[in-house]
Amino acid sequence: MQFSEHWLRTYANPALDSAALSHLLTMAGLEVEDTQALAPDFSHVVVGQIVSADKHPDADRLQLCKVDTGAAAPLQIVCGASNARVGIKVPCALVGAALPGFNIKQAKVRGIESFGMLCSAKELGLAEESSGLLELSADAPVGQDIRDWLDLNDQLLTLKLTPNRSDCLSLLGIARDVAALTGTVLNLPAITAVAVTSDAQRKVLVDASTACPRYTGRVITGVDARAQTPDWMVRRLERSGLRSISVIVDITNYVLLELGQPLHAFDAAGLDGDIRVRFAQAGERLDLLNQQSVNLDTDMLVIADSQGPLALAGIMGGNASAVSDDTQSIFLESAYFEPAAIVGKARRLNFSTDSSYRFERGVDFANTRNALEHASALILQICGGQAGPVTEVLNTLPARAPVTLRHARMESVLGITLVPAAVTRMFAQLGFEHAVRGDDYLVTPPSYRFDIRIEEDLIEEVARLHGYDQIPATPPQAALNMLPAAESSLPAAALKACLTASGYQEIVSYSFVDLSWERDLLGNATPVALKNPIASNLSVMRSGLWGGLLDTLSYNLNRKQDRVRLFEVGAVYAAKDGGYAEHTRISGLAYGDASPEQWAEPARLVDFYDIKADVERLTGGMARYEPASHPALHPGQSAQVWLHGRMIGWLGKLHPKWQQQYDLPSSPLLFELDLGPLQQRAVAAYREVAKFPPVRRDLAVLVDEVVPLQALMDTLKQAQISHVVDLQLFDLYRGKGIPEGKKSLALSVFMQDTQKTLVDAEADAAMAKLLELLASQHGAVLR
Amino acid sequence: MLGKKSELTESLKLLSKLDPEQRRVEGARLNSSRQEIEKDINDDKARQLNAELSARLKTEPLLDVTLPARARGEGGLHPVTLTLQRVEQLFHSIGFEVAEGPEIETDFYNFTALNIPDDHPARAMHDTFYIDEQHVLRTHTSPVQVHYMQQALKNNSGPPLKIIAPGRVYRVDSDATHSPMFHQVEGLWVDENISFANLKGVVQDFLQRFFERDDLQVRFRPSFFPFTEPSAEMDMSWNGGWLEIGGCGMVHPEVFGHVGIDSEKYRGFAFGLGVERLAMLRYGVNDLRLFFNNDLRFLKQFN
Repeated sequence: MQFSEHWLRTYANPALDSAALSHLLTMAGLEVEDTQALAPDFSHVVVGQIVSADKHPDADRLQLCKVDTGAAAPLQIVCGASNARVGIKVPCALVGAALPGFNIKQAKVRGIESFGMLCSAKELGLAEESSGLLELSADAPVGQDIRDWLDLNDQLLTLKLTPNRSDCLSLLGIARDVAALTGTVLNLPAITAVAVTSDAQRKVLVDASTACPRYTGRVITGVDARAQTPDWMVRRLERSGLRSISVIVDITNYVLLELGQPLHAFDAAGLDGDIRVRFAQAGERLDLLNQQSVNLDTDMLVIADSQGPLALAGIMGGNASAVSDDTQSIFLESAYFEPAAIVGKARRLNFSTDSSYRFERGVDFANTRNALEHASALILQICGGQAGPVTEVLNTLPARAPVTLRHARMESVLGITLVPAAVTRMFAQLGFEHAVRGDDYLVTPPSYRFDIRIEEDLIEEVARLHGYDQIPATPPQAALNMLPAAESSLPAAALKACLTASGYQEIVSYSFVDLSWERDLLGNATPVALKNPIASNLSVMRSGLWGGLLDTLSYNLNRKQDRVRLFEVGAVYAAKDGGYAEHTRISGLAYGDASPEQWAEPARLVDFYDIKADVERLTGGMARYEPASHPALHPGQSAQVWLHGRMIGWLGKLHPKWQQQYDLPSSPLLFELDLGPLQQRAVAAYREVAKFPPVRRDLAVLVDEVVPLQALMDTLKQAQISHVVDLQLFDLYRGKGIPEGKKSLALSVFMQDTQKTLVDAEADAAMAKLLELLASQHGAVLR
Repeated sequence: MLGKKSELTESLKLLSKLDPEQRRVEGARLNSSRQEIEKDINDDKARQLNAELSARLKTEPLLDVTLPARARGEGGLHPVTLTLQRVEQLFHSIGFEVAEGPEIETDFYNFTALNIPDDHPARAMHDTFYIDEQHVLRTHTSPVQVHYMQQALKNNSGPPLKIIAPGRVYRVDSDATHSPMFHQVEGLWVDENISFANLKGVVQDFLQRFFERDDLQVRFRPSFFPFTEPSAEMDMSWNGGWLEIGGCGMVHPEVFGHVGIDSEKYRGFAFGLGVERLAMLRYGVNDLRLFFNNDLRFLKQFN
């Protein structure tokens, strides 16, 4: 909410400068978001009146003006503005004036002496652009400082109000809080009922009495809708960010800003029969003032006449009954609508109005009739006319139940001590009706406060007036207990550290992704979709992290990075049992050379076994790998990763078709694993260290190319051949000396007896058994 | 010279036949001779080894020790992670546990349980991403409070409760200073005698430790959140002005009511901090979007 500081100070004027006033408001929860001086600094500019204007003898476009500035004699000023003419009043900068960016000196303009300058709004820094002199109203007093005449020493304050403080959506409300906070006097505008001089009246029927507990209205006939809105009112409206539209609209807006009561003026000529406050009926339509034509829902409150809806109650008027320049008679409405009846309706129609904004949050229901009288007085004063009697329909107004505040409770919640007299003084300053009952206070919130319902609300009010700054910052006292620390659970940070140590850079990418990533890259036909995505390429929740990694790869390749290692830890999402499931994954990408470019080793591209090493590190070397195909991965170079009997993820090279689509010079390697299983680690348990040296024997066999190493290893491990404690592949050979379609695998076999030194015969027996198993189960031949 | 048949060994063998006095004198003489001989032999051996070593060193290459190491490449954590780890570490030091909750949240947990009923104007403060009628992308980390308190009651493991809940949150907002996805860290402390003064104490302590500045000023001013009362906005002094750093307050009795904690017996405070904001201030980053572009030239600055 934006407003003029000077206007505020007409109601409450504490002895604080602008900065201190802003600080006060901010620290009271009415955050001043912005303060802006209305005009830049300038001086010695007064109201001048052009008394004569003659052509400059030597310049076609210049005039010699004589300007009355209240001095003994008129000043001679050369002026080039096309609107300079006899009779008008304009700002006149005197010799010695300091304007934004330049100073005024006595000067010769084309040979003629000039004693000052007539100014445009732009030259005074009041507007970005302006054409010609700033013309002042005819009643501007000649010689008065222009800053005083136009009230230019004013500041614009913008409050960022929280939704609970609807009482401060008006100048009166803000002034009331300022008065409460500073103890200064609150000067309320004097409001008296206007004289009723006509018997014109319109009957009002309130069907929706819960939604509209109070409705007041009156007819004013014989108004001049073409009257000029007074300058002071235009100025206050403009300084609140409202454009002057037409006098009657201006007056209703003015009262809205001043008192916080939204009003509506109907052109009485557009009304037929009684006014009825009711909910819309199915199928009813209304053409609104904003040129929107809406189908009304049956939970929308309307003001209607016998012909149908005229206005969306508390939100916006309709076109048909709008006041215009030709309006002669109006029906002026001031009502209290319940927040629950208004809330959400404007939003449903995709707009918000000053009126709906206030009614949704709560408008002072004790001020309805006052506002009507205040607006009536202004209309009669400015537009003339005769006021009819006020029609008021009153039903049950909101109750304001007294709230109990326990002194001790307040002190313990806030962590301060206060004397009871200080607390009652605060309530008095706030205008809260209150009584003391022993150690309790019984407080009845006023009609304009919709946010005082429970004890805590009063505690906050006390804290607010006491000053949050005055509450000490005290460390809590509590029992010192250690936190559990499960050694069997590896923190995610340890897994991340594992990857950063291997050269991976962590990224954070959006959880919502392009539908095509899900559908095509990850083969997920039914991703979780957003109803209101921020962009079409961020429309579904990801079920895997590779899209973000590949996108980041492209982004960085375009920026001349040629070796990239990325990883991300984040949630993936899926629909499950009518709800949604999400779990955390750790995913990586490796692209480019295996090592950073260096002198010591020949360059080669990163390959499957490089990234497999990274996966091994994450899985603690406990994973198994099974060839399998995935839509994102190269069909012959991809594997499922299994850990403790569970498939926990994938590993492989990007499918060439995606390499093409992403326009990548080579295919990156990718992995993605469920984080949870990686975090489970057995706590170490000591086993006796063997006292006798192990025996190593090597074994090279020929097998078919298609036989995976894992199959051989499984066979050998399952056989539990005595003394064999470990098996390692140490060479793989194809080519010269090896038949086509075969490969040679060289295994080292480690054998040990825990009780004695192994003898050759035992080792020989174990090796024979091993070979026999490989031969019988996998067709292996000793090489 | 020291062998079994050497003159010295033979002489030593004869020692036993001498009388005691002669034996002592002769023994000492022979021993000293033996030591001299041994020393000569050892010295000789050492000289020979040294000569061999020198010869070998001459044949081995001289390294240019200034050549770069055989590097694997440097990796590192995202600045948001670095910031969160720092936040977690500081709060862990006074006994806060880390709690997590879902990002696809039910309307109940994201709003209703936090005292934000349907159509409450406060919902307009949250520009919410909807999945369906009942599910949203969480707009804040506050729902984790509710999950955690419910769980603790079920497991009989509190109050007292002390948690921080870091994580991703989502709002329909995207411009130079807003990202549709960002990170928050929520803090909650529930105990019998927790006060607003304690909230100020903990938050101020945290900010001073996080920024490693004992003179950092922290300001609390009244604000509004449906799930806390009293509520406050936290500002910290920065470059001569004040910067909003998050929201906080005393847990609203309605929230305790929703989870079944007796608000007469227990009180609590809760706070929410913007992680990117903390990271920007800590590391001097001036553009929020940098966190999500994942430009390696940016990310590697934090390695």
